[in-house]
Amino acid sequence: MDNRSPAQRMLARFRRDRIAMISSATIIVLALTAITFWILSITNVPFPENPNATDLQSKLQPPSFEHWLGTDNLGRDVLSRILHGSYISLTVGFVAVAVSLCIGVVVGAVSGYFGGWVDNIVMRVVDAIICFPTFFLILSAVALVGPSLLNIVIVIGLVSWTGTARLVRAEFLTLRESQYVKAARSLGQGSFPIIFKHILPNAAAPIFVTAVIGIPEAILTEAGLSYLGFGVQPPQATWGNIIADGKAYILDAWWLIVFPGVAIFISALAFFLAGDALRRAGNSKSETH
Amino acid sequence: MTSFLIRRLLIALVLMFLISLISFFIITLTPGSPYPWGEMNPKISQAVKDNFRKQFHLDEPIWKQYWFNMRDLFNGNLRSIKDGRPVLGRIGEAIPATLALNATSIVISLSFGLLFGVWSARKIGRWQDTLLSVVMFALLALPGFWVSYLAIIGITETFGTPILGTHSFSLEYPDAISKLLDYAWHLALPATILALGGIAVQSRYVRASMLESLREDYIRTARSKGLDEDTVYYKHALRNSLRPLITGIGALLPALLGGSIIIETIFAYPGIGRLGYQAVLERDYPLLVALNFITAALVLLGNLLADVLYAVVDPRVRLE
Amino acid sequence: MEKPNPLLDVRNLKIQFATEDGLVDAVKGTSFSLNKGETLAIVGESGSGKSVTALSFTRLLPEPPAKFAGGEILWKGQDVLKMNARQLRAIRGGEIAYIFQEPSTSLNPVYTIRSQIAEAIRLHRPDVTDVDAEIVKWLDAVGIVNPAKRMHDYPHQLSGGMQQRAMIAMALSCQPDLLVADEPTTALDVTIQAQILGQLRELRTKFDMAIILITHNFAIIRGLCDKVAVMFRGEIVEFGTAEEVLSNPQHPYTRALIDCIPKLGANQKRLRTIDYAKLA
Repeated sequence: MDNRSPAQRMLARFRRDRIAMISSATIIVLALTAITFWILSITNVPFPENPNATDLQSKLQPPSFEHWLGTDNLGRDVLSRILHGSYISLTVGFVAVAVSLCIGVVVGAVSGYFGGWVDNIVMRVVDAIICFPTFFLILSAVALVGPSLLNIVIVIGLVSWTGTARLVRAEFLTLRESQYVKAARSLGQGSFPIIFKHILPNAAAPIFVTAVIGIPEAILTEAGLSYLGFGVQPPQATWGNIIADGKAYILDAWWLIVFPGVAIFISALAFFLAGDALRRAGNSKSETH
Repeated sequence: MTSFLIRRLLIALVLMFLISLISFFIITLTPGSPYPWGEMNPKISQAVKDNFRKQFHLDEPIWKQYWFNMRDLFNGNLRSIKDGRPVLGRIGEAIPATLALNATSIVISLSFGLLFGVWSARKIGRWQDTLLSVVMFALLALPGFWVSYLAIIGITETFGTPILGTHSFSLEYPDAISKLLDYAWHLALPATILALGGIAVQSRYVRASMLESLREDYIRTARSKGLDEDTVYYKHALRNSLRPLITGIGALLPALLGGSIIIETIFAYPGIGRLGYQAVLERDYPLLVALNFITAALVLLGNLLADVLYAVVDPRVRLE
Repeated sequence: MEKPNPLLDVRNLKIQFATEDGLVDAVKGTSFSLNKGETLAIVGESGSGKSVTALSFTRLLPEPPAKFAGGEILWKGQDVLKMNARQLRAIRGGEIAYIFQEPSTSLNPVYTIRSQIAEAIRLHRPDVTDVDAEIVKWLDAVGIVNPAKRMHDYPHQLSGGMQQRAMIAMALSCQPDLLVADEPTTALDVTIQAQILGQLRELRTKFDMAIILITHNFAIIRGLCDKVAVMFRGEIVEFGTAEEVLSNPQHPYTRALIDCIPKLGANQKRLRTIDYAKLA
């Protein structure tokens, strides 16, 4: 007999999945890079070069041995800017998702657990929010409060919790009627212990999957904001604003566009694939027929 | 069917009200100066500020501002801060281009999403499904503005033809067909790039829904009758898997309209997205409120249409 | 006396399922045979392998995860396990037809009864010109009132009993030699159960068709089945005529199953349950 817990079984399935392993390895490398260069940034260590050091003598140079990924219009080393910009993207991804998870889980839990008119009102509001073109709403709000790392993650989080809320609510509606929750209630347990001890842990796997999928979405949103000039502001390098700065030299300096884009693409892809692999691993029904 | 429609319409009205509240309050309550010229600008006298506040009802309590805002929006008196023209008119001018762009994108997303989703489900567990899944997530992971640039570089370098705007400038069309082709040529690239994410999302929906249908008992019944696999897939499973494709339009629209901002800006496409970006740059509050409200209302309308369309497809809804 | 060539001859059939924890034996070397016009009941609890066996006759099990590990299934002398997809499709519906446990989910919700039956008739009986008349005939034969109108209904417009009758009509419409009924009455009310079983009994004599009835319930086989096979954990533990098995069960599992049937007038406080420890 198999006496492993559901989480252990999920992990075992995840580890047998090749795409899961490749994408999570990529994420670990990204995270280590981000942490390393965050430390290098705050300690002002110019490695491989100072990302903000301008050198107009050697501007717009194509990739070479000296500058592996070339230089931009101010002669700044593109590789250094990409590396030093990495923690912005990952920070936006993780913090925005954390904000949206907190809101989504609380709203969804309240709505699903209490049901009735509370649920009705909350879900209509969610329906209404879902109608808004997300990126436009985020752009409007960020532009009005003023773009900064903190503002961006808060606005993204505030706008993108609806999916989580719907999911958590659906899990609650199902689990609320389950025998073990009824049993806990019949033993006189209050609402909060039931929500946190009995229902939430059982809804954890799908919530985790949405969280992982939310990270690349936030990263792409930040890149889009940066591109439009409402991301984290220069001189701080971000992957989006390197491309935005480079767009004026689009036909002369392809490396300014291509390399930061590849960085965004690979990170987003790694998170999407890892999220999907998690979903597959959490799905006890194997995907065959 | 009639009661279903009436119920949906009533809910839509409630949602419309909520949407108007959200679009107004998110823009208005967001901290930041309401003045297009900034709070601290020393060149602006207090009298000008007071006049501005009066003109845009900023001296009234917030719920009254909401009321004036919505009333003025509908009777055409809500004016842009920038050029003083009614916002409804400016939005109206921009809608056709955006509709053309988004409708084309929806058609592309739905057809390729359906194609790839069904194909993936048929090849489940084999390398084709794995490959297609990775490609679909890759489409989702592509930043739209980045792809646009690469495509613009690629196309201008190889063809040397202009692709920005809705049509080529200073060109005399010999006939209507070449005019149409020129518009289509300018529409094709931005619509395709805008649709990339939609193709990915729709194909995942269709795949999941096909796999669910394929586990149903009636599939076993269909096979037990001796039907061939094509009939089992395309007649019995697919018809039951169309719901996410149709209702997915509801989820697709906000993403497309949001994506339109970047795509229209890059391709100089004179639609709502580009207008929205200008409004953001100019801190044009009335225009921003109106744009958020109208785009969300368009999405709501799209949802309503999808619901009705779905009722037509599924007899269980149609006959209730 | 000459021994008749059996219609279906299952020899030492072994079926395995691939699961996360390795291969699991679902059917472990089962053998039995069935003659033309005979009725066989395969009785056993859920998980005993009886449905898996029934689905294997026309290879309806999804492979993988199912895997045929050995044995033969001879249908009219030909091994089903060696047939290609086309040969299998000709048998499915045309020679061996199925009805399933859950009529509400076994019919496709988005097509009318008429279109679902017509599909089968067009496939296996291309000579039929008036398909609608044929559908009406079969719906009438299974006891559906006003068949010409009812056939335009979607499945959800019919009651459970009516849905199952429509399933039976669909199965019979291709005039199969064998009807496999996999728990045909389990999902239905007791009164409807009796009606459906009565219908099957009547149809069997009328069309001289062999029936394999898969059930967990000994109570419903009396008067309907000639032979009984009792399956337990993937093996047939008892095989005989219905009369023998019911009146004089040999295997302790069979006795235990028969004891589970509530008896009218018996002075029992509670129904018996099966003590698996004694069977091992």
